[in-house]
Amino acid sequence: MSVQDLVVGFDSKVIINGLSFELLQGEILGLIGPSGSGKSVTMRAMADLLPHRGGDIIVGGQKYAELNSRERVQVRRDWGLLFQQGALFSSLTVLENIEFPMREHLDMSSGLRREIARMKIDLVGLPAEAALSYPAQLSGGMIKRAALARALALDPHILFLDEPTAGLDPIGAGKFDELIRTLRDTLGLTVLMVTHDLDSLETACDRIVALSDGKLLMAGTLAEMRAASHPWLRDYFHGPRAHNLEG
Amino acid sequence: MGLQIEIAARGATETVIACSGDWTSANARALEAEIAGLSLSPAQRGSLSLDIHAVGKLDTTGAWLLTRLRRSNQQADSAFAGASSMHQRLLDRINQYEPGDLPPVRHTPALLVPFATLGRTVITAGRDIYLANVTQGHLLAALVRTLSLQAPLRMASFVRQFEVIILRSIPIVALISLVVGAIITQQTILQLRNFGAAIFVVDLAAILMFREIGVLLAAIMVAGRSGSAITAEIGSMRMREEFDALRVMGVDPYQALMLPRVFALVLGLPLLAFVGSMAGLVGAIFVAKVYGDIPVDVFFIRLRNAMSITSVLAGLLKAPFMGFLIGLIASVEGMKVAGSSESLGRRTTSSVVKSIFVVIVADGVFAIFFAAVGF
Repeated sequence: MSVQDLVVGFDSKVIINGLSFELLQGEILGLIGPSGSGKSVTMRAMADLLPHRGGDIIVGGQKYAELNSRERVQVRRDWGLLFQQGALFSSLTVLENIEFPMREHLDMSSGLRREIARMKIDLVGLPAEAALSYPAQLSGGMIKRAALARALALDPHILFLDEPTAGLDPIGAGKFDELIRTLRDTLGLTVLMVTHDLDSLETACDRIVALSDGKLLMAGTLAEMRAASHPWLRDYFHGPRAHNLEG
Repeated sequence: MGLQIEIAARGATETVIACSGDWTSANARALEAEIAGLSLSPAQRGSLSLDIHAVGKLDTTGAWLLTRLRRSNQQADSAFAGASSMHQRLLDRINQYEPGDLPPVRHTPALLVPFATLGRTVITAGRDIYLANVTQGHLLAALVRTLSLQAPLRMASFVRQFEVIILRSIPIVALISLVVGAIITQQTILQLRNFGAAIFVVDLAAILMFREIGVLLAAIMVAGRSGSAITAEIGSMRMREEFDALRVMGVDPYQALMLPRVFALVLGLPLLAFVGSMAGLVGAIFVAKVYGDIPVDVFFIRLRNAMSITSVLAGLLKAPFMGFLIGLIASVEGMKVAGSSESLGRRTTSSVVKSIFVVIVADGVFAIFFAAVGF
């Protein structure tokens, strides 16, 4: 999947102006940038939740814009998105939340569907009892995991994560990063992660794309980012909060 | 697509099942059927081995089906043969999963359902009354604090709510009252004409509009229009912790949010009821002219004899109480919103239904009371 010369805007405001980068098969790509630089907008545009004014989103060698509606549904089924607040359906239990997309798109017996949904709950490291809880009864970390299980319900190949570790304590965030890596390895996922978490960038991400003012600032590994001379990147990777990356 | 499971060798010591093709969720139904269709004797099950080197794509669904098939063999620890490293990793992970039993969902026996429902309804009704009293207490306390200048007056909020709740509903209330006034007049004329007493339609229409219909229509309209809005506002503020934020800042949410709304309702509903009654009267005048051949000046002469200030007051006196009830119920229902968006919807609905019900009951009680005291 890749993005070429993407332009996204609302009304008269242009948020993303000519952004290009590539998401390689099987990698975990971190998307960083100052607040308001359009990270989430980029991700939402890539997941076709926002219309783009210009440029192309290329999925599997084809331009997404040129696909017909049936092909689009096929492509989208291959995507999972973890929303920042989880976006679990509040009137359904965790188990029903995971079963919902399966019920919509997959043809299988209800028994098997339930087994697989419960297996997904185990896969993201939630206790089995959480299955029958409603989202309102879960803690922040558990909501993220439950939402991840729902994002994985259709066995997507591309996973979009919108600030997956925001609002989690450092231990929970660390475990979540680890979980993403394990899932990437076992399920063969390709992950695009919008994040502010320096530790996530170090432990989870293979490559990093930095945005600034709706344009690509730099793409590369953490080491390359740290060696960069751009003032924002220098502040970001050598600021007071980045001390544990140095050692 | 051909079969994806084949019994490759039925040896005395080992049964090899060869799996091929894509084991993905897209084929789940077919795979399930094939697994169910496998006819294996217990002895064969005891020596099961799965050859998966020919499996193409494998996802969690396929991996789970394979794992389940493998686990159906309880005696020996059979393994997967010929798995690629990618597949093996996934299978290893899936194999760590042990499905335990979920706590069963408890169902009430069918015979007990009516009683359980009745009991729950009674408890809910009791809790509602309790909550209404608590909220009323909070509101009165807030009112006293405001009147004794211990809390800010929140004039801006009050004016804003007055505009949204009362002023903006003038057109719709006036329109409905006009139409209802016209309909009542038309039907009455048709009946009274049989007795040659069509002129008395003026008494009936005017007194009915001012005593009952005007205020009732205004109250029902406001309950549907603003009661729901108040519940939804308070409910979503509770859901997003804005309510708690106010409290932490030392601002009483009852005083800041509910009091201006309830105040607007209490002060505004009489005005709205008056506007509605007047509109109904206009409808009556018009229809009396068209259907009953009652000229406008005759209508007014009759009106002067039939109406007194008491009729107007009897209607307007009820309005503040109804306004208070609508505001109270909307606040109580808003406070009951919990977590889910479904609960927000349910509370909003219940706010409207309850307010309309209570308003009509209150109107009936007032009618009995006024008749008893001869007002």
